[in-house]
Amino acid sequence: MSRPPPAIEEDGPSNVSLVASSSSDCITQNVSGLKERNYLGLSDCSSVDSSAASSLVDDRKNKLNLRATELRLGLPGSLSPERDPELSLLGSGKLDEKPLFPLLPLKDRICATLQKNVVSGNKRGFSDTMDRFSEVKSSVYTEKNWMLHGSGPDSESPQSVAQGMFLGNSGTNLKLSSRPSGTQQAIMKEMTPKVVAERPCAADGAHHNQAAASNNSSAPAAKAQVVGWPPIRSFRKNTLATTSKNNDEVDGKPGPGALYVKVSMDGAPYLRKVDLRTYSNYGELSSALEKMFGCFTIGQCGSHVIPGREKLSESKLKDLLHGSEYVLTYEDKDNDWMLVGDVPWDMFIDSCKRLKIMKSSDAIGLDSFR
Amino acid sequence: MLKKMSYSSFPEDVLEHVFSFVQSDKDRNAISLVCKFWFQVERRCRKRIFVGNCYAVSPRMVTRRFPDVRSVELKGKPHFADFNLVPEGWGGYVYPWIAEMASGYPLLEEIRLKRMVVSDESLELIAKSFKNFKVLVLSSCEGFSTQGLAAIAANCRNLRELDLRESEVEDRSGNWLSLFPETYTSLVSLNIACLGSEVSISALERLLGRCPNLRTLLLNHAVPLDKLANLLRQAPQLVELGTGAYSADMRTDIFSNLAGAFSGCMELKSLSGFWDVVPAYLPAFYSICTGLTSLNLSYATIQCPHIIELLSFCPNLQRLWVLDYIEDGGLEALATSCKDLRELRVFPSEPYGAEPNVSLTEQGLVSVSEGCPKLESVLYFCRRMSNDALVTIARNRPNMTRFRLCIIEPRTPDYLTEQPLDVGFGAIVEHCKDLRRLSLSGLLTDRVFEYIGTYAKKLEMLSVAFAGESDLGLHHVLSGCDSLRKLEIRDCPFGDKALLANAAKLETMRSLWMSSCLVSFEACKLLGQKMPRLNVEVIVDERQPPDLRPENFPVEKLYIYRTVAGPRLDMPGFVWNMDEDSALRLSRKGFRTI
Repeated sequence: MSRPPPAIEEDGPSNVSLVASSSSDCITQNVSGLKERNYLGLSDCSSVDSSAASSLVDDRKNKLNLRATELRLGLPGSLSPERDPELSLLGSGKLDEKPLFPLLPLKDRICATLQKNVVSGNKRGFSDTMDRFSEVKSSVYTEKNWMLHGSGPDSESPQSVAQGMFLGNSGTNLKLSSRPSGTQQAIMKEMTPKVVAERPCAADGAHHNQAAASNNSSAPAAKAQVVGWPPIRSFRKNTLATTSKNNDEVDGKPGPGALYVKVSMDGAPYLRKVDLRTYSNYGELSSALEKMFGCFTIGQCGSHVIPGREKLSESKLKDLLHGSEYVLTYEDKDNDWMLVGDVPWDMFIDSCKRLKIMKSSDAIGLDSFR
Repeated sequence: MLKKMSYSSFPEDVLEHVFSFVQSDKDRNAISLVCKFWFQVERRCRKRIFVGNCYAVSPRMVTRRFPDVRSVELKGKPHFADFNLVPEGWGGYVYPWIAEMASGYPLLEEIRLKRMVVSDESLELIAKSFKNFKVLVLSSCEGFSTQGLAAIAANCRNLRELDLRESEVEDRSGNWLSLFPETYTSLVSLNIACLGSEVSISALERLLGRCPNLRTLLLNHAVPLDKLANLLRQAPQLVELGTGAYSADMRTDIFSNLAGAFSGCMELKSLSGFWDVVPAYLPAFYSICTGLTSLNLSYATIQCPHIIELLSFCPNLQRLWVLDYIEDGGLEALATSCKDLRELRVFPSEPYGAEPNVSLTEQGLVSVSEGCPKLESVLYFCRRMSNDALVTIARNRPNMTRFRLCIIEPRTPDYLTEQPLDVGFGAIVEHCKDLRRLSLSGLLTDRVFEYIGTYAKKLEMLSVAFAGESDLGLHHVLSGCDSLRKLEIRDCPFGDKALLANAAKLETMRSLWMSSCLVSFEACKLLGQKMPRLNVEVIVDERQPPDLRPENFPVEKLYIYRTVAGPRLDMPGFVWNMDEDSALRLSRKGFRTI
């Protein structure tokens, strides 16, 4: 399946080179506090747009990555509760794990599978080819235009991240085929702190990527987590987080324990949960929510597509998203619904009981809506 | 002409009387299979129902067959939901059951639920539908708030048990506990340990004061230590106590008050709670330690010396849950002090740390297995293990019935030999012939599954993660484990072959969960279509764009369970039943029943 490359593709090659130079550097870079590079072009705001947006993005990415690589001992509550980081190495909805290439026929897959020790914890492909592509996932959907009251520029144009993204990424992967795990690890840290680790296993030499990984990357500075492992219930995790906070010397996180709140979205069939303590500002929260709920916008976009036409042009997508703006709201301790972004972050997490992504048309009635 | 034995001439009420002495579900099921007459008698007088998977049967089927049930127990989500592997919105709604039972079982007295979604509406319906309602146990449930609890408190005049163990309760404020009427005196068991919000201490005190039969009280973190003494004085007959926060400024008056209150509780057998524990306050309950059979210190971040001292006062301990601060030294002391120990659970204090923070190794478990002859149930988190240790444990404790080992780092080999731990776990299944539950970890090849298939004939539940090499592993388990009921697998290279070859086995089990394995869509479809008494449910990645066909990709999460109720009607969009064709699936609106 080929798709018309959107504007972002121009960034593709440069992204590749960025990655190539910094894939394992990224790990050390983060630790030494050097500037983060958005090497996959996965900015929350289009890099094409206003500089204000990009600096905001970089800022967010910086924070995101620093946290990702921070040594964290026993703060399980700071992990994201969202499911399926294990599905995607990149741990985010933004990069979907489905490669655009059709799978090999069934029996080939089985044969390929049985021949090697397959890793787990990431999306296992049925063949070496698939593995390579499955590591860096593509995303067909784009940004949603979040409106945080009082923050962020108004005109953030969404990107059709996916196609160009994928091409860029696959290019990346192919070039770095000798060190995909390093890329993965760096990518993981880029995206969210709570992603799957592909744990290079000492006994597992057969796997293409793992062999590479064990050659190249040392253990990451921060231990990336596998969803649901070790198997500890949330209640216990949260309680441990609170108590270990008191005992912990290495303390980079603000506030004790975990603070899970439910996030619902108009039109989405189910809730998610986020741990507010894993973000330190509205920007991070916003980008995390975009990743989580981005697919629902696409669902709606899909319904506008002319049947038979499989692809959306970028401009059409932009129109659509500008038309269907969403706002982020929260219910506070007094059970009032407020727009997110009004109050200082610390005050916000103190009083936020749950989040809701509403259509801005529905949010008109909210008090602080300007 | 042969004289027929005529069972129908045997008086039905005599038969019923005889059956009333048979309580176990298995035996009642066996009775119902003897003949049609017994089936009819049995079903009309069965009082208690256990449904291990709420989707295995429909509520209507249950009420139609058993018209006079007084106690219902239901389980919903798969076990791995505890570890966030099941997306929210998956299902497990109890409302349809409550609605059906509201009309079918007006005399219902007990409802026990595990891993189900319980709405406030459900609780309100319970509160108004069952006049003689006595027992509500919500274990690991979610979806309700203190408003639902208010309805229960206000309306259930005969309530004896309200147990919210490990449920997620939304705080809607309001003083639900105060809504128990002043005339209400029948409380026997109250477990609110999971509540995040505060409850009114004075309301609690008054409640305790007027309920002389209270045996179990598990408080939540929000109840401060200085209030505990007064609560205890209101209920000195307590058998099971969960403290609130166990910390306060060190003050002798608080301490002596507390110690005095504890010494009045001569019946205490079980202690838990101990959040934020201040070690100096531990001696306050030493006076009752000789009577303790169960101690849950798994939230208490106290260090080894304090634990050892405490354990030295508890010679009759049968169950201990503790953090790994106990270390090998503490476990050795445990093995010396507590010869009656049956169950040990050691939880990790820092599971996500890269390096071990405590000196807890395989040695601690070996010590306990040596010193505690009755040890039969183990849950142990550690960072290293060896085949030798496992073999020793197996030889020491052939009476082991539940063995769950979690080596924190996936695929960790034997630390002495760098070999897989196949032989060690093999010894466990070989020696422990009554083993019913097993959880594996560490580096494991297909060999361990061969051992399990060969020896683990009584095994009912198996949990596997990051293990095995090929389909052969899964095949060993499915073909060899005769008693297997629940199998849950994650991140293993098991694919289609073993699944399809053992399809019939799946109907003999309650459920199979496989996530991050190598099962293809086609295989799931085949299974779904060929096996009408199985629901083959695939959980697709919800973030996937709709125009990419998920059929081209490996199945990420697969849940197969036997059922007589057909495909369930409340599946969210990301759960696909594999015997539906895709056109039907896309047009189905998964409606959510409250």
